Amino acid sequence: MSFLSKTNQPRSWGRYPKVTPAEVQSVFWRSELPNIADFEQPVLPYAYGRSYGDSCLNEGGVSLDVSHLRRFISFDEDEGLLCCEAGVSLAEILELIVPRGWFIPVSPGTRFVSVGGAIANDVHGKNHHKAGTFGCHVTRFELLRSNGERLICSPHENTNLFQATIGGLGLTGVILWAEFRLKPIVNPFIDMERIQFSSLDEFLQISAETDQQYEYTMSWVDILIGGQNLCRGIFMCGNNDQSRSLASKKTGRKLPLTVPFDLPSFVLNSLTVKSFNELFYHSQLSKRVHKVVPYEPFFYPLDSIHEWNRLYGKRGFLQYQFVVPFQDGFGAMREIIGRIRRSGEGSFLTVLKTFGTIRSPGMLSFPRPGITLALDFAYGGQKTLQLLDELDKVVRQSGGAVYPAKDARMSAENFQAFFPRWQEFAQYVDPHFSSSFWRRVSHAQKLVMV
Amino acid sequence: MRILIVGATSAIAHETAKRFAKDGAEFFLVARSPEKLEDTGNDLKVRGAKRIETFLLDVTDFDRHQEMIETAISTLDGLDMVLISHGTLGDQQKCQVSVSETLKEFTTNCTSVISLLTILAGYFEQQKRGCITVVSSVAGDRGRQSNYVYGAAKGALSVFLQGLRNRLSKAGVAVVTVKPGLIDTPMTASVKKGLLAASAQGVGEGIYRAMKNRKEVVYLPWYWRPIMLIVRSIPEPVFKRLSL
Repeated sequence: MSFLSKTNQPRSWGRYPKVTPAEVQSVFWRSELPNIADFEQPVLPYAYGRSYGDSCLNEGGVSLDVSHLRRFISFDEDEGLLCCEAGVSLAEILELIVPRGWFIPVSPGTRFVSVGGAIANDVHGKNHHKAGTFGCHVTRFELLRSNGERLICSPHENTNLFQATIGGLGLTGVILWAEFRLKPIVNPFIDMERIQFSSLDEFLQISAETDQQYEYTMSWVDILIGGQNLCRGIFMCGNNDQSRSLASKKTGRKLPLTVPFDLPSFVLNSLTVKSFNELFYHSQLSKRVHKVVPYEPFFYPLDSIHEWNRLYGKRGFLQYQFVVPFQDGFGAMREIIGRIRRSGEGSFLTVLKTFGTIRSPGMLSFPRPGITLALDFAYGGQKTLQLLDELDKVVRQSGGAVYPAKDARMSAENFQAFFPRWQEFAQYVDPHFSSSFWRRVSHAQKLVMV
Repeated sequence: MRILIVGATSAIAHETAKRFAKDGAEFFLVARSPEKLEDTGNDLKVRGAKRIETFLLDVTDFDRHQEMIETAISTLDGLDMVLISHGTLGDQQKCQVSVSETLKEFTTNCTSVISLLTILAGYFEQQKRGCITVVSSVAGDRGRQSNYVYGAAKGALSVFLQGLRNRLSKAGVAVVTVKPGLIDTPMTASVKKGLLAASAQGVGEGIYRAMKNRKEVVYLPWYWRPIMLIVRSIPEPVFKRLSL
């Protein structure tokens, strides 16, 4: 338990760009909501700043801190239906539900996101091929609009706003609370396998073989090595363990480590990245390793190092996640990996996964069937931005998309090509809401009310 | 565990209650706003509280103190612990030019608590067990120009609690004085936070432990104890020149 209070100056996880809102306003109670129309600048909800780029930032606008809306509302333990305020974090939910035999239906790579953020970014996890996105499990939520209306949105009520808000990047109003379905578990452990692979082909083959059998799959990959094979890596797949004997066993908590200050920029360089990747790849001696592990390290390996984003130093970093369709995906991946190698930018912690066919209700939802790769790049100024622009081009040509939750730089033109329903979505954007991201990709450059 | 909480919707009280809820406690929650009380009660229920009872009260309504406490005792069939955590961070500038503002601050932060404690002390003394915990403040340790009205109210409260602890120790009843420093809560939303500001969650955890362990005086976070020791030891001729 930390005594340290978080500062409420909004930052995104990548700490690029560094922009400031004109004002930060906190919301403490659902019974004491601000009148949004009274703000002179456009508003954007903010909680824990786990979006990587600028989709959670509102330069010159009002950042509405909803992290104090942190109360549970109801929990139907027979049906597995949980209702809570939008600022409750998934970490807090897990702490409550896991000992009672439930799990969150979809879990992103960190548990320190708010429920509101999970909906607004329509987050996905290791079980996308089996369960779709977080939004697929939301039964309803309440949305505060700037005209003072408080609307219940569900697949049956205010359907359009429901679909626009899921993946809607906080632009359709403030989500006050949400109700969603949980998944029953027998114990808090994951029965998992780690399989080494030494080419993209092999990855796809393992992926095809394991998708049916395993609920959760993802791979850590090293794309800087392997030549024509494009990459090597470790494929991790698992299922919730079914053994009753483990049900009451504690998963045991390690004290979280913290990166206490910004490391100098040179710490993460191509040499350290290569050494890290080398160590990780060889951390297992045999091709296949089978074990039963607590859910925390399986789902949230990085959560055990608080503020790991500081490893990138003051300059910050950009995460780049894209998806390319299975068809032609191989060619696009080859092209992208080639360009990254030539650029000489190292990518620490690269994650590869396949998305399944389950469709989200969200209009602006990112996942679609195909191969997705997430890479981190230390922000190195123009050359980093240029590389990512080049990658955008390849993604676009292959009919893929780039993930807004992690983006800080994609062009309006590319965004509009990646998300063909964006104009339909734009109709549901609340006129008093905006974000740095949205102004960039929708070309509504000026900070004026519609 | 049957717990009466006055000022139950304050961030500190709620954070403390969350920890007790996890242990399956039964609560009698008292606050002014029905909506906030409901939100708080529902949250504690989901977190494991065995029972939630609520009571609407403006603490400056002294005539209803007796009734509230009797209802709490009869509804929960007795009380094991009390946490009093209501308070307002008044406007020092306004108080300086208004006697009524100053008295209002005293009523909310000091005399209303003393009234509640006077009634509760009798009950606990007779019962010969239990724990009374009151949220005071580091501001009560020494008067400073920036908030001496609030500080004086909390200081009086701290002295009252000292005496009460002395009296009730004979009956085996613990009296815990909690002295938090600056905490990030709705009450301090307008105050600029420095490095020392703490999260309500950490402070709630600290109060929970202090109540469980029947402590006497706890500073939360702990670093306020040495800080206030230094602040208290500065000689008055020097202190009066500082802008604190």
